[in-house]
Amino acid sequence: MILPWRRAGLGLLLALCMAESAAHKPSDSYLALTVTGNQVDGQWDIALRDLDMAIGLDADGNGELTWDEVRARHADIAAYALSRLALGVPRAGGVKDAAGVAGVAGATAPCPLAVTGQLLDQHSDGAYAVLELRATCPVDVIILDADYRLLFDIDPQHKGLLRLAYGALTSTAIFTPDSARQMLQVADAARWRQFFDYVRHGVWHIWIGFDHILFLLSLLLPAVLVRRAGRWQARDSVRASGIEVIKIVTAFTLAHSITLTLATLGMVTLPSRVVESAIALSVVVAALNNLWPLITRRLALLAFAFGLIHGFGFASVLLDLGLPQASLLLSLVGFNVGVELGQLAIVAVFLPLAYLVRATAFYRKAVLMGGSSLIAVLALVWLSERVLDLNIITA
Amino acid sequence: MNIVSRLCWRVLPALTLILSGACHATPYIPADGRQVVERLPGRANPVQRELLHLRAELSKNPNDIGRATALAQRYIEQARLEGDPRYLGYAQAALAPWWKLPQPSDQVLVLRATLRQSTHQFAEALADLDTVLARDSDNVQARITRATVQMVTGDYAGARTSCMRLYSRAPALIVQTCLSSVGSVNGDARASFDKLKSTLERHPDAAPGVRTWVHTLLAEMAARAGDNAVADALFKQAMAGAGPAGAEPDSYLLGAYCDFLLDRGRAAEVAALLKDRTRIDALLLRYAIAQKALGANDAAAQSDALRRRFEAAMLRGDTVHQREQARFELALRGDPNTAVKLAMLNWAVQKEPADLRILVETAAASGDAASARTALLWIDKTGIEDRTIAATVARLRATKGSTYQRIDMKVAR
Repeated sequence: MILPWRRAGLGLLLALCMAESAAHKPSDSYLALTVTGNQVDGQWDIALRDLDMAIGLDADGNGELTWDEVRARHADIAAYALSRLALGVPRAGGVKDAAGVAGVAGATAPCPLAVTGQLLDQHSDGAYAVLELRATCPVDVIILDADYRLLFDIDPQHKGLLRLAYGALTSTAIFTPDSARQMLQVADAARWRQFFDYVRHGVWHIWIGFDHILFLLSLLLPAVLVRRAGRWQARDSVRASGIEVIKIVTAFTLAHSITLTLATLGMVTLPSRVVESAIALSVVVAALNNLWPLITRRLALLAFAFGLIHGFGFASVLLDLGLPQASLLLSLVGFNVGVELGQLAIVAVFLPLAYLVRATAFYRKAVLMGGSSLIAVLALVWLSERVLDLNIITA
Repeated sequence: MNIVSRLCWRVLPALTLILSGACHATPYIPADGRQVVERLPGRANPVQRELLHLRAELSKNPNDIGRATALAQRYIEQARLEGDPRYLGYAQAALAPWWKLPQPSDQVLVLRATLRQSTHQFAEALADLDTVLARDSDNVQARITRATVQMVTGDYAGARTSCMRLYSRAPALIVQTCLSSVGSVNGDARASFDKLKSTLERHPDAAPGVRTWVHTLLAEMAARAGDNAVADALFKQAMAGAGPAGAEPDSYLLGAYCDFLLDRGRAAEVAALLKDRTRIDALLLRYAIAQKALGANDAAAQSDALRRRFEAAMLRGDTVHQREQARFELALRGDPNTAVKLAMLNWAVQKEPADLRILVETAAASGDAASARTALLWIDKTGIEDRTIAATVARLRATKGSTYQRIDMKVAR
């Protein structure tokens, strides 16, 4: 009677209560790939613990793995890793449909991979070898055929966590033994999504770009007033105020759209320090103009002139984000739309409030004069920072 | 289901953030070649040597089912002792030739069920065990594993039946342990404790591993009953008997004892017990809670380390740690709303006393009516007695909605 129990062994019996201990992390590797044209650059973080299990790193077997021991095996680590990862692009006429995945061997042209460097990094569960990768594909990558087999033979619970970047877009995928080979759509990946990503960037940039907001505010503050006989007076109607605001915002938009496009397409380039300084100067001028009005009638012209400068500022952000060549125009328009939406949101909050209190002394003194003074001071600090390359306050 | 989709909406953007953050750490090259960059299970350790040897033997003949199951079993034991899930993957690898077969041998099926249980694939685990028992109703191991899975998922009637079937097939102590585990959370706490304790006393020759296991269960039962002195003594016995000299107590026992100590305001002891065991998430969690209670300087750092581990687990799509994650959100992050959602997701999968406890505590902290109702219904239905949550349960009952619910239940019965 007791025989089968004895055979099964006590150990297994005890293993039963282990559902409880959620334990430390199972094995993962982190693969980050960036696709640019026909080139794939990557970083692959593999736990030293896993590499030791796979190919043995701890030469003296004392349980303390030194950097020398790791370094001595760099060639083997690279060879092992590269034997477990293959990248390729489907040949023209081969795989069109991203769903038709496996079984198309031969239809894929390989992108030969190389390890260009090896470092270390600390993850939440220990030290990882960091392999810097580079692959060159025969053609520009539209679909990336990734075949990941790392460690699956010795640990089927291992997972490969992929982050694939293309321009400003990022997608993720998880490799498991049951999904070791995946066709990853890179370019043309849901164009509308890409468009909205850039819209979001545009909105975001307006929201965090205090210099743009303050410039706009400086121009908008007097828009609900009119200058008569050397004094500010409330505008008569919502309509008049609205029209003035529309004129200013449209002029600003038109101007920065022009330079944003020119700069993004590489037709005009200005040094960023000059641009940033000029933007700060524009805020100073706009704010001072409220304190000592020189231009009172055609604020839209002022908005247009300085808008040209702000456009260069937007362009540098957009260029930093990286623009997918395949959908340059789409991203450009998306970013621009985002910037406009961000501006409209500011106007939508500002106009009703300003209109309601425009006739009060509070608005003229505290908001217009006080606000403009504050803006002018802040912008002067920015201006000196940017011109002199100092760091007084960060903006 | 609603909660699942709502949480997904919260988690998805967070995941994107995490993913972009995951690669922001800066890789480096150590300045000194002699610098120790990682600690590994050394080959000087006899257990590691044995595992290496078994693995080498198996790789010479990977289709040797005897060697494969022996190695898989050793890996599973090691996973339990060290609390390291990598060993579970190694065990699965050892079983690779048979893993995908619909009807492999009984040995493989029992091991596969154990591994599936460990990743919370309870239905699949039960299916494997039923296959074994249909072929061989005398398979004690399959029966015990089945009882365990049924317990974890809250199927107490099924678990009790599985335990009963062990009569005359397994040693008396094992049968009583099985039955008392069920009875203790199913309205029969006192008698379950007494019977198990006297059975243990009648079997002084039980293997040390079994004794430790039984002591752990008894200690937990005593803690739930509020017999603090008894519980403390039993935990100490379990810790002392945890193995031959030098062997460390397993992570389950440590976790259970530390919870007991934390409940009694003995955080300093917890910190001392766990300071070298923080590689295990569940223990790092208790360590961080203890450090926070002690106002230690590194409390924030520990909590941050834990956050990164949960993020890493979420990246791989794991949900086996939701109980711990809920506790982390509640006790360390102070976010009862996120905590209660995690506790509910966890509750949908497993229903052990610790799962009930986190559900009750997050329900009370968040004021979430649905989770409070779920917890109270369960308490009324199963008759589970647990002094550690009694005050919180009373508070939940005091709120109007749940009281009505309870009356409804009584009427329905």
